[in-house]
Amino acid sequence: MDPIRPVPDAPSPAEGASVAPDLAELLKLSGRGDQGAFSQLYDAVSSRVFGLAVRVVRDPAQAEEVTQEAFMEIWRTAGRYDPDRGSPLGWLLTIVHRKAVDRVRSAEASTRRDTSYHAQNQPVAHDATAEAAHASLEARRVRTALGSLTPVQREALELAYFGGYTHTEVAGMLDLPVGTAKTRIRDGLIRLRDTMGVGGQ
Amino acid sequence: MSIDIHALSGAYAVDALDDIERAQFERHLADCPACRSEVESLREASALLAETVLDAPPAGLRTRVLAEIATVRPLPPIVPEVVSRRPARRWFPGLVAAAAVVTAVGIGSAVVQPWQDETSQAPSAIEQIRSAKDARSWTRDFPDGSSATVWRSASLGQAAVVTEDMADAPSGKVYELWLQHDDDMVAAGFMPAGPDNTVTLSGDPADADGFGISVEDTGGSTTGEPEGEVVAYVEFA
Repeated sequence: MDPIRPVPDAPSPAEGASVAPDLAELLKLSGRGDQGAFSQLYDAVSSRVFGLAVRVVRDPAQAEEVTQEAFMEIWRTAGRYDPDRGSPLGWLLTIVHRKAVDRVRSAEASTRRDTSYHAQNQPVAHDATAEAAHASLEARRVRTALGSLTPVQREALELAYFGGYTHTEVAGMLDLPVGTAKTRIRDGLIRLRDTMGVGGQ
Repeated sequence: MSIDIHALSGAYAVDALDDIERAQFERHLADCPACRSEVESLREASALLAETVLDAPPAGLRTRVLAEIATVRPLPPIVPEVVSRRPARRWFPGLVAAAAVVTAVGIGSAVVQPWQDETSQAPSAIEQIRSAKDARSWTRDFPDGSSATVWRSASLGQAAVVTEDMADAPSGKVYELWLQHDDDMVAAGFMPAGPDNTVTLSGDPADADGFGISVEDTGGSTTGEPEGEVVAYVEFA
């Protein structure tokens, strides 16, 4: 239950080459109502938060709403962040991802489901996205690590994480027997985790 | 617990379970430290994927977010409570074990304050309970960030449950509320739909031993005890 974790005040590995403020400390201060600390936190993570939201929900206006909701939740629950259970970024992106997935599932019947699998897999056509992503050394490391996954692991993981699909839906989309997509997703995550050396494993 | 359920850890970490699977897996998590640890590490891994899709938000969003947080009070941290040593109830031992890992908060009279952000009309039942001298509360936090807090005042003979961010029961189902008296569960009402609810429990909770929420077919249990899955349980330790 208590694998060794990076000490809370070490820069999270996901912060990459940028100068990393101490996110754990900013969360702690935010939990005490420190709005200045929260604005620093916002500046440090908003590109990740919005980037993830827009990648999952697609529509920039809705992604903005999801981002705003997520930051409200982060503010409300900042005092409950527990460094023993993961990095600040991992914690807050879990909140963002859940909000984004809830949003696309509640809008299920809309056009999103009609688009083809191929279209789902296109990167967001947004120059700023590509630029920012390439600028990040960390992003390059992650891409390299993703390259070590099998194609099916990687597709299953990306459809689940970026597409917001359930493992059952992923199985259908990839013509996998029901019940195997969840294994591919888990195996892919484990390989990514171990390659990147995160999660205290 | 089915052997297969451990294999859901990855799908759970990336929110790729449907609502029913998620509820099942979260119950499993309460009992399975290995899965909790694995989920935590896999969430770290999944968060790395966000590095590949960085995108600066529109400038106006920062102003809106910072203006909005100024109006909202952060929640207090969860304070671990010493776990009760009461023996497990025979008819749902797994849930009592789950309750043992729950970070429950017992709040004595000294720290119970009137809530400043509520209107100052005639006090509602929940305000009366909260401000009673012997008010106590127990909070059950779920891995999805939702929570249920039971407030009880034995002197008033009243209890209420307050939920935050709770997902609705699946279609055709309803959350039924229960008070436990020794080995019997006594129906105490229903939870309406919606994420944030306050429900005063029916029945006298003064000598109740615990509180539970089960998922029942619409209309509720017909046998006078939980028929569906009990998704939350707190012991009034």
